[in-house]
Amino acid sequence: MFHLSRSALITWGLVVLTIILGVYGRDLAKELDARWLVKFPSTWVIPFKTYISDGMRWLIEEAAIGPLSFTDVTRAIAWLIEQPYQFVLSLLASGFVSGRGADAQLLLPAVSWIVVIAGIVALGHYCRDWGLAVLVGACFVYLAIFGQWESAMITLASVLIAVPIGAGGGLLVGIWAYRRPWGEKLISPVLDLMQTIPIFAYLVPILFMFGFGPISALVATIIYATPPMVRITILALKAVDPEIVDFGRMAGSTNRQLMWRVLVPSASRSLMVGVNQVIMLTLNMVIIASMIGAGGLGFDVLAALRRLDIGAGFEAGIAIVVLAIAVDRLSQAFAERMGQVKKPATGTWVARHRRTALVLVLLVVTWGLGRFSPLLLEYPESQTITTGAFWDDLVKYLNINYFDTLEAIKVFFLHYFLLPIKRTLLGIPWPWAISMLTLLGWRVGGPRLALLCGGLSGLIAITGLWPKAMITVYLCGASVILATVIGVPLGILAALNKRAGVVINVLIDTLQTLPSFVYLIPVVMLFRVGDFTAMIAIVLYALAPAVRYAAHGIRSVSTELIEAGQVVGCTRRQLLRHIRLPMALPEILLGINQTIMLALSMLVITALVGTRDLGQEVYIALTKADIGRGLVAGLAIAFIAIIADRLINAGARQARIRFGLEN
Amino acid sequence: MTLSPKLSCRNVWKIYGPNAQTLLQTYPDPSDQDIADAGVVGAVRSANLDIAEGEIFVIMGLSGSGKSTLVRCLSRLIEPTKGEVLFDGVDLLRASEPELIDIRRHKMGMVFQHFALLPHLSVLQNVSFPLIIQGVSKAQADIKAREVVELVGLKGREDNFPRELSGGQQQRVGIARSLVSEPDLWFLDEPFSALDPLIRREMQDEFLRLQARLHKTIVFITHDFDEAVRLADRIAIMKDGKIIQVATPEELLMNPVSEYVAEFTRHIPRSKVLTVGGLMTPGTNGAGEPIAQSAKISDVAEQIIAAEGPISVANESGQIVGSIDRVAVAQVLFARQGGA
Repeated sequence: MFHLSRSALITWGLVVLTIILGVYGRDLAKELDARWLVKFPSTWVIPFKTYISDGMRWLIEEAAIGPLSFTDVTRAIAWLIEQPYQFVLSLLASGFVSGRGADAQLLLPAVSWIVVIAGIVALGHYCRDWGLAVLVGACFVYLAIFGQWESAMITLASVLIAVPIGAGGGLLVGIWAYRRPWGEKLISPVLDLMQTIPIFAYLVPILFMFGFGPISALVATIIYATPPMVRITILALKAVDPEIVDFGRMAGSTNRQLMWRVLVPSASRSLMVGVNQVIMLTLNMVIIASMIGAGGLGFDVLAALRRLDIGAGFEAGIAIVVLAIAVDRLSQAFAERMGQVKKPATGTWVARHRRTALVLVLLVVTWGLGRFSPLLLEYPESQTITTGAFWDDLVKYLNINYFDTLEAIKVFFLHYFLLPIKRTLLGIPWPWAISMLTLLGWRVGGPRLALLCGGLSGLIAITGLWPKAMITVYLCGASVILATVIGVPLGILAALNKRAGVVINVLIDTLQTLPSFVYLIPVVMLFRVGDFTAMIAIVLYALAPAVRYAAHGIRSVSTELIEAGQVVGCTRRQLLRHIRLPMALPEILLGINQTIMLALSMLVITALVGTRDLGQEVYIALTKADIGRGLVAGLAIAFIAIIADRLINAGARQARIRFGLEN
Repeated sequence: MTLSPKLSCRNVWKIYGPNAQTLLQTYPDPSDQDIADAGVVGAVRSANLDIAEGEIFVIMGLSGSGKSTLVRCLSRLIEPTKGEVLFDGVDLLRASEPELIDIRRHKMGMVFQHFALLPHLSVLQNVSFPLIIQGVSKAQADIKAREVVELVGLKGREDNFPRELSGGQQQRVGIARSLVSEPDLWFLDEPFSALDPLIRREMQDEFLRLQARLHKTIVFITHDFDEAVRLADRIAIMKDGKIIQVATPEELLMNPVSEYVAEFTRHIPRSKVLTVGGLMTPGTNGAGEPIAQSAKISDVAEQIIAAEGPISVANESGQIVGSIDRVAVAQVLFARQGGA
């Protein structure tokens, strides 16, 4: 028989009561003639969005310090980013042109596809070996053959600008925060907020400040990609062996020498992980950025998605993945190479830089002979292959032959999983929900957390977004439940079985390299638009951390404990049930936390397939350029994220304290 | 050994905690109780030391005794809460940032427990790093660095990276690097603790060989009493942040100030520490070829026991100052605990 303590009894009682309230809340409210219980009265709503929109308008139209207006500042920033971007774009895609419109004269064409591929192969060889060179070369050849070259080069140009600015800027901010004792305290809540606010929320203000175009897109990308670099910089600098810091000071380094000659080089390995993060996030942003004016592959995917041209969208999506793989592998290999300094070669410049010399010669030759043979400059369109028709046919085939099966799966999930959750969540009276969250906060984290949970959920209610927030929680919650149910066992399997571990790792790695949009395409192909499609896309996107953390948690259970269990005579199942799982619980909780964060950030993307949540609210605000609406909805998502994050972290902390892993 | 202090510290305190300053202002010499009541940690408490030029001064203590904090106060890597650190008569704690940098560049070197080599630089680059920091030209720094690398016996390894070397070799690089700017004052913070016992012994010999050649003023930190006895001219023993005894190894063995100190000395073979001078009877009633006053008992025991009567003992200038007989030696060799 179960033996429940008093507090557990109360907890379960409250949970059951909440569910009952959720199911019968609406009827109850009708019975009591108190509709305000389930529907937040519109007269109580504080119109934050109007205030914000007005404030933004003032900022852009009137704000000024002396003669310097706010718009001047944004224009200056835009100009600074535009110069290098135009240069790289001309070099890779558009060629150098003088004059405008019809008078435009091509001074120098863009670098030939032959040279770019040769360059990338040379880089691959330089960074590691021929294997890598062939891989990245093949990636770029793919882009040429499948007719994605032009778009891919536009995307590459924006990556080449965003990554150095994001990585360099992140490094400098991180160093700044490391040097000042209060710097980190100041910056870490800002980073938290930046990483939880969905990208969409700040697309609108950026659009307002910088206008529609590639510069806006670059600014948004940089803002999105920089925070992890800042965080990793702070962590990496702090992780430098204190003895090395002591040595630097004993050698008589000035502060600057200590930073740039001792700390940064010693931390370079971890810092390169940050750079790699920046690169991956930049590529992740490619499609989203195209909503505010970035061209290239992202725009192709978005356009295809909008007209439900599955074949074209899939092809462009795959091109992004291919580009991401090439850039990711190159940057990782480069980071490794940085770690192992080789002896400098001797001889003339050409002898020392054979690869560079070869690529330069190719460049000059293609430019010189290009006017006689366009083949040398541009990959001939007649030679491109397209698989668009194949994908369209495949979808058609699947839909014709398996329509009933697919539909049955979809209906099953909708009826027995998604809709009940949705109805229950929407039925819970908002005052009850807020008080339950406050209580929960109190239980796991004390008065401060209670205040945070109550305050933030109250704010969501006051902005009038309660029902949409509940739909967000429902969609995200359902996806996280599924992701956990699938991901945690996979993680456990990966940790316990070596062969399965390898396979699962490859799977998870692939899922993580894909830009978030790519998940939507095949799912939409099979299940069309709607909540179910959104859920599958979210689960695929958010699965990785659930698997990773569970595997890591299970693996890092101390071998002594396992041996102790074996000596007592535990079966494998008992070992898992009584030792591995409980000890890995904090780690698993953190994985679920990450899953929730990823799910929330994916919500806005799934808005494209017609969900009705906060993500949709942000998406609409974006198309209407309504800053207030976009920011308020974005902040509401961020609030949900913060509540979930703090509650789970506090829970994980409690578990660790109980196991004596932390005090 | 000359006795002008090269480095001294006067009443140095390092207290960790929020109210460290106010505590020392209210109580100039707080008791254990005061410190506990204020909720702070006294890592170094009222340290007074005089370290003579050319001396090997060992600070010995178990982990958490404050020895690492003390040596970092002496080099001002940690700012002491209170006190004076006099280096060549100048108070280091009052030195400005540029002055301090200048002193560290030219007059101090330090060796670390876990080597603290820069992972991205080769052996030669690591060793020449302090010179490069000072702005010495690369060519000159290289020449000097090669000399020191050869001095520590790593010639031929110049272009290796730290991770390609064994622990002992890595610490040789650390030693070379700390010597490259020819410092007067050499700090070694548990330099051999991370090494295997066999390598440790080899490195200790190497260290003594280097010191015989270089005559630095040395502050050497260790938690290993055997090591301290083997290397030290004088030893300071620390416990709970306090220096409880400063003495030569021989004095520590003969007159431990407390049971705590005696506990360390108990397992040390006396004959290897005690000198003939400490055991002899003054006078001239010895006979035979005189043995040196400074000789360790273990080195001359056989000779003394083989002799019929007392043997003469001579000081450095060859004068007969006393005698020693087999009874005294036997007492040391078959030690009755606590006596000599």
